[in-house]
Amino acid sequence: MKSLEELAVIRDKMQALVNLRNEATDCTKIVVGMATCGIAAGARPVLKAFSDGIQEKGIKDVMVIQEGCIGLCQYEPIVEVTAPGKEKVTYVKMTAEKAAEVIEQHIIGGNVVTKYTINSAM
Amino acid sequence: MFSEISLHILDIVQNSISARASLIEITVNIDNTSDTLTVIIKDNGSGMTDDELSKAVDPFYTTRTTRKNGFGVPFFKAASEMTGGSFEISSEKGKGTAVKAVFVLSSIDRMPLGNMTDTLISLIDTNCRIDFIYNYSVDERSFTLDTRQLKKTLGNVPIDLPEVTVFLTRYLDDNTAEVSGGRKY
Ligand SMILES: Nc1ncnc2c1ncn2[C@@H]1O[C@H](COP(=O)(O)OP(=O)(O)OP(=O)(O)O)[C@@H](O)[C@H]1O
Ligand code: FES
Ligand SMILES: [Mg+2]
Repeated sequence: MKSLEELAVIRDKMQALVNLRNEATDCTKIVVGMATCGIAAGARPVLKAFSDGIQEKGIKDVMVIQEGCIGLCQYEPIVEVTAPGKEKVTYVKMTAEKAAEVIEQHIIGGNVVTKYTINSAM
Repeated sequence: MFSEISLHILDIVQNSISARASLIEITVNIDNTSDTLTVIIKDNGSGMTDDELSKAVDPFYTTRTTRKNGFGVPFFKAASEMTGGSFEISSEKGKGTAVKAVFVLSSIDRMPLGNMTDTLISLIDTNCRIDFIYNYSVDERSFTLDTRQLKKTLGNVPIDLPEVTVFLTRYLDDNTAEVSGGRKY
């Protein structure tokens, strides 16, 4: 059975980084809608793609949050991205592949991926 | 509707989160002798009155305002009963709620348990202020993950740090495989 001992080692290693993170208050928020309709439409792999992608690329100052109903079932999975000082961008009918594009172009590059936004879907 | 029991669990736990629970206990027990897979989700959220509770299994009831029907609970109930299993939900206003679904393990209508690691990591990483207990057992073997214990060890190191997530993913996968004795349920 794998034990939790390794966790204390990770804690000691990460302590320094944590203090840095606490100072970073201006952070981009990525909200994934996880109501029944969202999960059925495939929200879990989308959430995972965002968390994994952000971890792999070592992007700081980004929070991935899960929320219940966003109120637009037919557009699920829905993801809302809010960068500090910018307006909220709503991405619809997301997939893990689209999430990777959003990370690359929007989160890292600062350019909204217009073709996946709700405005282009309507 | 869902392809895995683990997606139902993710969805049912969402109700506990909406009910502002601070502690959510998820139990998955597989018993080959009684041929059952039992899922129990218990929370200390706002709970329901008897009236609200009787409506919760009705697909036309929801307290959500954006859509008329609640699907989560009725779907989970149908998924378990379809296998010849059973479903129970009990709740007390102000105390919390418990949902119990029993699936017949060998039923061809039973969907696979699926990826519980993904479900748990999604929950733990995006709800840092909620504590989760996960009990997984197959016959005589079992393991438990309790985020209260993890957070105590971590001190001020957040549980959603990448390094911690990587460790927890491996921890859950390895222990699940060991408890399952190499079998996939
Ligand atoms: N753990 C719980 N604690 C308190 N109330 C609950 C709980 N689970 C269900 N309920 C109540 O029962 C209703 C129905 O739940 P259900 O999951 O079926 O639908 P929903 O959450 O409203 O919508 P959906 O799951 O389809 O997005 C909820 O709106 C809520 O009022
Ligand atoms: S129920 Fe589908 S977005 Fe709210
Ligand atoms: Mg629900």
